[in-house]
Amino acid sequence: MAQQASINKTLTIGEGGTIIAFIALAVFSIIVAAKAWTPEYAFHAYLFAAGSVAVVFVIFNRYFSRDAAPVPQEINGKPNYNMGPVKFATLAAVFWGIAGFVVGLVIALQLAYPALNFDLPWTNFGRLRPLHTSAVIFAFGGNVLLATSFYVVQRTCHARLAGDIAPWFVILGYNFFIVIAGTGYLLGITQSKEYAEPEWYADLWLTIVWVTYLLVFLATLWKRKEPHIYVANWFYLAFIVTIALLHLGNNATIPVSIYSSKSYIIWSGVQDAMVQWWYGHNAVGFFLTAGFLAIMYYFIPKRADRPVYSYRLSIVHFWALIFIYIWAGPHHLHYTALPDWAQTLGMVFSIVLWMPSWGGMINGLMTLQGAWDKLRTDPVLRMMVVSVAFYGMSTFEGPLMSIKAVNSLSHYTDWTIGHVHSGALGWVAYVSFGAIYCLVPWLWDRSRLYSLRLVNWHFWLSTLGIVLYISAMWVSGILQGLMWRAYTKLGFLEYSFIETSEAMHPFYVIRAIGGALFVIGSLIMAYNIWMTIRSPYAAGEAKRPQLVPAE
Amino acid sequence: MAAHDTSKVDAVTGISTTGHEWDGIRELNTPLPRWWLWLFYICIVWGIGYVIAYPAWPLVSSYTRGVLGYASRDQIETDMAALKAQRGEMVARMESASLEEIRNDPKMLEVARALGKAAFGTNCAPCHGQGAQGVSVYPNLNDDQWMWGGSLEQIYQTIQYGIRNEHPDSRQGPMPAFGKDGIIPKADIPIVAAYVVTLSGRKPEGAVDLAKGQKLFAENCASCHGDNGKGNPDVGAPSLTSNIWLYGGDEKAIIETIANGRGGVMPGWAGRLEPATVKALTVYVHTLGGGQ
Repeated sequence: MAQQASINKTLTIGEGGTIIAFIALAVFSIIVAAKAWTPEYAFHAYLFAAGSVAVVFVIFNRYFSRDAAPVPQEINGKPNYNMGPVKFATLAAVFWGIAGFVVGLVIALQLAYPALNFDLPWTNFGRLRPLHTSAVIFAFGGNVLLATSFYVVQRTCHARLAGDIAPWFVILGYNFFIVIAGTGYLLGITQSKEYAEPEWYADLWLTIVWVTYLLVFLATLWKRKEPHIYVANWFYLAFIVTIALLHLGNNATIPVSIYSSKSYIIWSGVQDAMVQWWYGHNAVGFFLTAGFLAIMYYFIPKRADRPVYSYRLSIVHFWALIFIYIWAGPHHLHYTALPDWAQTLGMVFSIVLWMPSWGGMINGLMTLQGAWDKLRTDPVLRMMVVSVAFYGMSTFEGPLMSIKAVNSLSHYTDWTIGHVHSGALGWVAYVSFGAIYCLVPWLWDRSRLYSLRLVNWHFWLSTLGIVLYISAMWVSGILQGLMWRAYTKLGFLEYSFIETSEAMHPFYVIRAIGGALFVIGSLIMAYNIWMTIRSPYAAGEAKRPQLVPAE
Repeated sequence: MAAHDTSKVDAVTGISTTGHEWDGIRELNTPLPRWWLWLFYICIVWGIGYVIAYPAWPLVSSYTRGVLGYASRDQIETDMAALKAQRGEMVARMESASLEEIRNDPKMLEVARALGKAAFGTNCAPCHGQGAQGVSVYPNLNDDQWMWGGSLEQIYQTIQYGIRNEHPDSRQGPMPAFGKDGIIPKADIPIVAAYVVTLSGRKPEGAVDLAKGQKLFAENCASCHGDNGKGNPDVGAPSLTSNIWLYGGDEKAIIETIANGRGGVMPGWAGRLEPATVKALTVYVHTLGGGQ
């Protein structure tokens, strides 16, 4: 410390500004907590205050232990990559993933055995269901996207991540949002909009985090040492920009008071429904599709050590996908008060979307040309390739279900749940697992994973789980749809709602078994990752094949 | 980094790469797959056709109607009309027919039972069970034990206005809490309960003064349940002789009932359901097995 003091160490503008901002936030939060209308909201205000104080403490701590000079952008001519935030987000993804899968299993069991609601408000299906969806989509999926985007943008731009505190602010701020959202659901704070349940103050916080994310990403692209922007980064950018738009549009609410967690949306009636499903469908399109296609575009060619199949296809399907996806939302509102013309457009754009979606599948699968044999020996690659196959299946099923005639049978049934999970478990989770299995040895500088056999176990257990899950939901959904619309010859409904619920029971049990297998698989993954990080094998002893120059 | 020859060819596929490289990843210059492109075009052409045929484009104050003239409002009206036609005029006739007429006309009875079954599944099954078998403290409707009477008129009255709700015509009068309200001394309640057990031909558990029990029964219970315990549907007092028990028939449960009283409720359905539906429900419940 003594020798550094002579270099005249000062707080950077970023450090100083962050400290001032968070001291202000801490004071403000304490005032809000003191005047809050409900104890739940006061609890959240105190969380904000505690988090702000922790930030101030951490920044001072970092200041006293860091060098006086700024972190170098390059060391010995090589980029000095900033992998700390990536590591954090990777581990957070594993943690939230398991939490989200377990809650999913609990609510699957609740549907089969309602006594498991325990008649407590906090464990009620109505509160746990958004906890599950938010935990798997935004906490698990979101952290995977943050980790991989910060990793991929650095590696493919050959430049250190832009910003000093900003990348950490994005990662930690996002995870703080997850904590606020999740505890809010359990305490009953919700704005009751599917996949956008967090209330206004959590939304505001996320907006600040997300804009910072966009700026960090753009600034890193700006400093790139490569002449062109790699395709994965186009997808990441489309995902970040569009999610920002969707978030602002669907959370345009007016709080009752700054001391209340409650707010009211400015849209009303069918307009609100339309905005909600414009948001909801594009959360699938841009969060769960564009973002994860970006992961596919980096990790599959990297792991297979093969060039991407078609550059032209990547351009055409990228632009087609983002232009068409954004219009497909109304298919969630077929046969409702939504005007016919909007329903038609939603359906037509969904059908036209089929091939643009499949462009990603073709590029993912055909990249394996000349490397198909690796599927036998590398379960990580196999997981990612199967994920692309599931992607292809659910992006065929989606347009199919958007056809009004099909939708009249499938809508509101378990078929929708099955469709969502073939995409969520098969595509999103599998490509994420694959990316995590790749990332952990790279980030922690290990020559390999602790055990490929365990990856194999993870793969087969969870594949069996997915197959049980989606086939149970197909059968149950179609059965349900047929029972709902069945009329007797005299023109009366053949079945009551209770009879259809009773008929679903065996499939709900099968679904829960599938979910349990998926949870077990994810626990195996967590163990494998833990052991990989703890293992003593440094990467030096066996160079990763991915690093060998291609020529 | 990207100092590759653009004519560089991938050895495995024989296809040239674009010449760029990012972190070791290259891209092939493969043309768009023909089948993919054609399917994409076909989808677009189909989409154009569909938006010409159906309502599609918003205009300033209306929208393009489509050459087929389709409207989902028209479709639902057509469907509802078709359903009405399928149900025939029986439903309309039921509105003016008496319950007896419905029961004695085989055709009308068939429609009434079909309509009643559908309405029962939606409105009644949540409490009484899908098969009307009774659940917990909601009575079985298949047997011939009726608290408020099992004739068509009595069932109709019960379904229309319900039991112990706020409607002025609903069935009223709970069983009093004889113990809690101090009507029967606490010590005497097990004696009454033991006597009640004997009414259904069973033996009470301990040796009690049944004569005293009978006297207490006559003083406190007989006004509703009758001297012989056969019950009285006018006040909702069930028979105590049939050994069918809504709140449990062992001595302990009977003591509980006498001490704290009972008073189950049921909503009324007149006004909530169509008049014909309420009649159909009446006939349906009456024909479940226990109608009188």
